[in-house]
Amino acid sequence: MPQYSDKVMEHFTKPRNIGEVEEPDGVGEVGNPVCGDMMKFTIKVKDNRIEDVKYLTFGCGAAIAVSSMVSEMAKGKTLEEAKKITNKQVAEELGGLPGNKMHCSNLGADALHKAIDDYMAKEKVSAG
Amino acid sequence: MINMKEINLDYAAAAPLDKRVLDKMVPFFTEHYGNPSSGHTLGEKPKAAIEDAREAVASLIGAEAKNVIFTASASEANNLVIKGLVKAGKKKGNHLIASSIEHFSVLNQLKTLEKEGYRVTLLPVDKYGMVNPKDLEAAIDDQTILISIQAANSEIGTIQPIEELSAIARERNIPFHTDAAAAAGWIELDVEKMGIDLLTLAGDQFYGPKGSAALFVRRGIRLMPQVEGGIQERGLRAGTENVPAIVGLGEAAKIAKETMSERAGKLAAIRDQLKESLIEAVPNLHLNGHPEQRLPHNLNVSVEFVEGEALLMRLQMAGIYVSSGSSCTSQALKSSHVLSAIGRPPELAQGSLQLTLGPGSSAEDIPYITEQLSEIAVLLRNMSPLYHQHLKEEKTNASVQ
Repeated sequence: MPQYSDKVMEHFTKPRNIGEVEEPDGVGEVGNPVCGDMMKFTIKVKDNRIEDVKYLTFGCGAAIAVSSMVSEMAKGKTLEEAKKITNKQVAEELGGLPGNKMHCSNLGADALHKAIDDYMAKEKVSAG
Repeated sequence: MINMKEINLDYAAAAPLDKRVLDKMVPFFTEHYGNPSSGHTLGEKPKAAIEDAREAVASLIGAEAKNVIFTASASEANNLVIKGLVKAGKKKGNHLIASSIEHFSVLNQLKTLEKEGYRVTLLPVDKYGMVNPKDLEAAIDDQTILISIQAANSEIGTIQPIEELSAIARERNIPFHTDAAAAAGWIELDVEKMGIDLLTLAGDQFYGPKGSAALFVRRGIRLMPQVEGGIQERGLRAGTENVPAIVGLGEAAKIAKETMSERAGKLAAIRDQLKESLIEAVPNLHLNGHPEQRLPHNLNVSVEFVEGEALLMRLQMAGIYVSSGSSCTSQALKSSHVLSAIGRPPELAQGSLQLTLGPGSSAEDIPYITEQLSEIAVLLRNMSPLYHQHLKEEKTNASVQ
């Protein structure tokens, strides 16, 4: 088992915002069971802000901690702000991740961005 | 965390040294410290002790002592077999056969040999991890120089039909090697009855010291030494003998032979009870490996919809130590080749737990282990997209019916 930071262990032990928001405005999924990590983010958007964000994660300790951290970082942010969250920032907020976990498990920001893109695409359709 | 219950379910990774083994070893560090190759008195006791150990190891596998040599690990013994045989018999052929679930100390060598131009056939296994003798028969050609099939798999515990497989090799005069690192000390092995030409065993797998292992080499089989130097170990393995480790291996082998059925019976009973308890408490739990033909101290299960490292970390928080075949828990970040060979889909391989019993195992711990794993499975499943998908599918199926 890799050496995880206290912050990672804290989020792994007590993950925040687990689940799926009801009638989500945007859904973003990344990963697959072959690589060992899967994340599904659902968001609720109000006045261009992420009003609620939840996730479901299949994965290792890092993947769970990353999902939890991303959900905390994204909540309440405008869509533009949330789009700027990077995987690297998430890892930094978690006090770092073991080298081999940076690529396979650090997918939380990608899943969040996909959920935002999904929302934006739907908005475009309904606006057009 | 003080006074937290600690339960080791990972004894295959490491087990404590048997106290009787340690007692036998200690004098050879300080008192009888001589070099067995010395021509004077100081070498006499160590030399005699090594030969006693050789007798004990040979007796565990039904071999003659003169055909047993000591190495520092089972990996080293496997390297001596494959590289040593290839180097000694290059002219005779270029084809090697092994099962697809061998240990990496076999598989990685074969990969290297393939790059050097050798042909390698890795035999498939069935859903329980068994090699089909017919597949072996079909794979042999006139260039085959070695067949290497493990006696039992360390991860899923499946025991191979060695006698049937070796008979096929014997008929065609091809050396038959079995890596018995996981099996020796736990199941009856007899190189004569079972037609084995080369056998690897490891002392640390039956409560002997780490760094103690042995290789049985049938008379007439030529191997090129992989460590060249002095003529220790019949010239097959140079280097001053690690006398305390060899003495420890010998004592562990002696105890294993004397107490095998009792030891194996006790742990198999606990294992079976644990298996039943877990299956009852945790839905969608899948047994990996053979239901009967398996090592007595091994249990391997997949907890569907969740990933192994997360399970391992949660179990560790509850004081329970296990290992997993998930990619996240491997250095290479690849999920278990064994689980993939038995046809487990990636999500089940990722959620696998290898539970191995040892001297500290007790049936009294089963309720605690069951309760913890059951709670952890619920907790991790509740956050698993695969589980939520499964619930939705169940709902749809129910409404269709």
